[in-house]
Amino acid sequence: MTPENLIWIAMLLPLVAIVLVFIIGEKSPNIRESCTIGIAVTLFWVTTRLAGFVFSGGRPSFKMGEMLPGFEIAFTVEPLGMLFALVASGLWILTTVYAIGYMRGHHEKNQTRFYACFASAIFAALAAAFAANLFTLFVAYELMTISTYPLVTHHGDEKAKKGGRIYLGILLSTSVAFFMLAIAWTWTVAGTLDFTPGGILAQPNIDGKISDFQLSVLLGLFAFGIGKAAIMPFHRWLPAAMVAPTPVSALLHAVAVVKVGVFSILKVSIYIFGIDLISETRLGEGANPIMMSDWLCYLAGATILLASLVAMTKDNLKARLAYSTISQLAYITLGAALATSDSVIGGGMHIAMHAVGKITLFFCAGAIYVGAHKTNISDMRGLGRAMPLTMGAFLLATLSIIGLPPGGGAWSKWFLALGTVQTGHFWLLAALMISSLLNIAYLIPIPIRAFMTPAGEAPMKFKEAPMMCVVPLCITAVGSVALFFFGNEIYDVLLPIATSAR
Amino acid sequence: MIEQLPVLVIVIPLMAAPLFVLIGNRKLVLLLTQLVCWTVFGITVSLLSRMQYGPISYELGGWPSPYGIVYNVDYLSAFVMLFVSGLGAIVITYAPKSIDKEVHHSKHTLFYASYLLCMTGLLGMCITGDLFNVFVFLEISSLSSYALISLGKTRRAPLAALHYLIIGTVGATFFLIGIGLLYQMTGTLNMADIASRLQAVESSRTMLVAFAFMTVGLFIKMAVFPLHTWLPNAYTYAPSVVTCFIAATATKVSVYAFIRLIYVIFTPQFAFERLPLDSALMAFSLVGIFVASAAAIYQTNIKRLLAYSSVAQIGYMLLGISMSNVGGLTAGITHMFNHALIKGGLFMVVGCFALRIGSLKLEDLRGAGKTMPLTSFAWVVGGLGLIGVPMTAGFVSKWLLLTSALSLELWPVAVLMLLSSLLAVVYIWRVVEILYFSPASHLAKTAKEAPMAMLIPTYIVIGSTIVFGCWTVYSAGIAHAAAESLLGITQMGGVQ
Repeated sequence: MTPENLIWIAMLLPLVAIVLVFIIGEKSPNIRESCTIGIAVTLFWVTTRLAGFVFSGGRPSFKMGEMLPGFEIAFTVEPLGMLFALVASGLWILTTVYAIGYMRGHHEKNQTRFYACFASAIFAALAAAFAANLFTLFVAYELMTISTYPLVTHHGDEKAKKGGRIYLGILLSTSVAFFMLAIAWTWTVAGTLDFTPGGILAQPNIDGKISDFQLSVLLGLFAFGIGKAAIMPFHRWLPAAMVAPTPVSALLHAVAVVKVGVFSILKVSIYIFGIDLISETRLGEGANPIMMSDWLCYLAGATILLASLVAMTKDNLKARLAYSTISQLAYITLGAALATSDSVIGGGMHIAMHAVGKITLFFCAGAIYVGAHKTNISDMRGLGRAMPLTMGAFLLATLSIIGLPPGGGAWSKWFLALGTVQTGHFWLLAALMISSLLNIAYLIPIPIRAFMTPAGEAPMKFKEAPMMCVVPLCITAVGSVALFFFGNEIYDVLLPIATSAR
Repeated sequence: MIEQLPVLVIVIPLMAAPLFVLIGNRKLVLLLTQLVCWTVFGITVSLLSRMQYGPISYELGGWPSPYGIVYNVDYLSAFVMLFVSGLGAIVITYAPKSIDKEVHHSKHTLFYASYLLCMTGLLGMCITGDLFNVFVFLEISSLSSYALISLGKTRRAPLAALHYLIIGTVGATFFLIGIGLLYQMTGTLNMADIASRLQAVESSRTMLVAFAFMTVGLFIKMAVFPLHTWLPNAYTYAPSVVTCFIAATATKVSVYAFIRLIYVIFTPQFAFERLPLDSALMAFSLVGIFVASAAAIYQTNIKRLLAYSSVAQIGYMLLGISMSNVGGLTAGITHMFNHALIKGGLFMVVGCFALRIGSLKLEDLRGAGKTMPLTSFAWVVGGLGLIGVPMTAGFVSKWLLLTSALSLELWPVAVLMLLSSLLAVVYIWRVVEILYFSPASHLAKTAKEAPMAMLIPTYIVIGSTIVFGCWTVYSAGIAHAAAESLLGITQMGGVQ
């Protein structure tokens, strides 16, 4: 198979899954879920094959055709998108296994719709990952919003309706009001929307079609328009999305949906603006002109700290994890805004590192809910005796999220910190350090309290969630640590995205 | 035979209508009406497919232009005729069950005859090259649509029809006055002939008055804000099938006549440079979009909600037309087509609800997502199109409009246009939440899914909004060709 064919095969597989899930339906759930898992495994195999080509320097591309005169739906695979696709497709397998345990353990309704929407979200994630131009990316981005709405409102009650309203409201309005405008503006000045190494806006900037200040405004339209990156003040949709069943929160609101957001920001920064243009364009007169993206750096820094602070106040485990995600996403946006080669690589790495760590934490939250019916952290005292595997996995993943060795997150945070130093943003370095401390403060106590039962209280009996739930979370927990030892490989793989700009 | 196609489009339905009244058997007439509609659709398809060899000019009765009446088929008129007859055909296929419930049996043959006459009028307005003929066909379509609207079940239907009749007649009269003034100044009624003689008298005050009368007359028929007051009642109280057809086609044909008026008879230079019609149009369109969308949000009747949405959507078409470049005109014409599909489809969904639930109040539709899943899902898909989500037809027109506004550096227009489309999210999603997340009303609880005879045509139209959202060769592509030829015509006239 040529890599070109692998691209469309990869994107076709989730679509096949949708059709199969609907055909089989509620009649035989076992066959329905085996189909999903079978396709997920095939997809992962296809993406690894594709990754082999891409990581050795290939840039396969595939054109679907023109959707509008002059606007093509086309796909080109580059390392950043490849990494994202690998993460999404790999975790899809585990999440499906987990979802079987969770959804059945919990007697959820409408499971057919659930698995179908899930597959369509994966399709949208792949389309976004492989997009060759902003137009394709935008189409995939919106498709993802729509296809995940039924998942967020899965329970169909008043709470789900409210959550869904905020979810759809914020994501649709930001994308229509800002993102779409930004894309059309880019097209008007640059005459193209293709992702090009080195960016496409440098030449219009020289030609005077777009001034330095306007560049900064355009960056703002992108940063706020890509609401899925959850930069404050457009972050409210993410906690609202937590009304969804936990597998959704795990794969979509820790991996696929939010990562499409930050991935798009990275893509825009690297392939539309070009990191050189961002880091070399200065605003203001005098001795200390500021970088055009400075305001975004500080906004990301503020989001990192504020979201961590809010996370500390949340007693509901999923809500705490949601705010933690907002904070961690801002790291990646920060990487894009700092626009040095180390910072964008750090941002790219963090997509993978955070994905594996955070999905573990969500899996754990779901397992605790299924196994012990607890959602609040204050009720989880002593739970470690009953669910040692779950809580052990939680601890491992926490290390990665905080950025302590041997967690994978240590590497990405290291490169992001390097980026702040290289550009002289020492306040942001401080923010990163403080944020890590805050991470420790709001995550570590959960497993610690779970294991250290106060003397006198009767230890609970061993009662884990179903195996279908526990096995995936153990795998991802081990994965989040294993990634630490592959830090170098991931760095090498991502190196072309930063150097091709030179 | 082939060269007679342009006239057959008009003659077949026009002759069929009185004949069907004479036949009088309602089952037979229904079948024949469907046959006629599909035949006409076939003819328009073949006319459009002939456009690659250049426009067709057909001299009625062999009288040469400009003495006789000429029928002109070019990309624009063929395109508009195609979707008018296409929707006419699919709606009449969908119609029988709905009409059975909503229209008294004794009126059925009259209903089908009026339906054919209405379609004749709309097609005639598109094809004719004679200005007075436009007025005649406008009246044919208007009078038959007053009759169709008054057939609605409630006693408010005749009242709504009367309201429309009074205002519509004012509009038509204004149009006629304009024609009279033009005739006085140029001595001809042939559009191309008027255009060629207009330069000499262009600066006269009479021309300005003529243009003003015709524009305002058409604005009334288009239901441009603030001349839209007839539309919500007419759409709400008409039988569902009538609303489907009229909402999808009638206002668009008036928009078409307006495009002809500006780009063929007069010139964009006259309308937009000598007169500030472009900025006025933009202002009216944008205000109309916001006001009508906001009004749609507060409606309690689903048909009235869509009616206000239609008033808003006309604004997007006029925005494109007022830009007077190829991009804007393409966007406007594309939106005529896309909106015909989307709004036609949504009204067909509403017709399904009307059949099974019997009420169109939003509170009675609560929980219908459970009992009528297919109908409700069609609403979601059509609604996404109206909002303009990518991969739906609505996105295509929105994107074309946006890029063309930005290429002209009309920043406020671009921003306001995007913001206004968020209002559509509110009114569409309000219904979605009512359908899916509310406890079922007693009417919705016992409702059955709509019959396949109605669902299949509905899904064909709704599905086509997705098809034309992903594949635009035959929507935006033809609109582009039409826009180019429209602007080309004015350039050849040597006005620039």
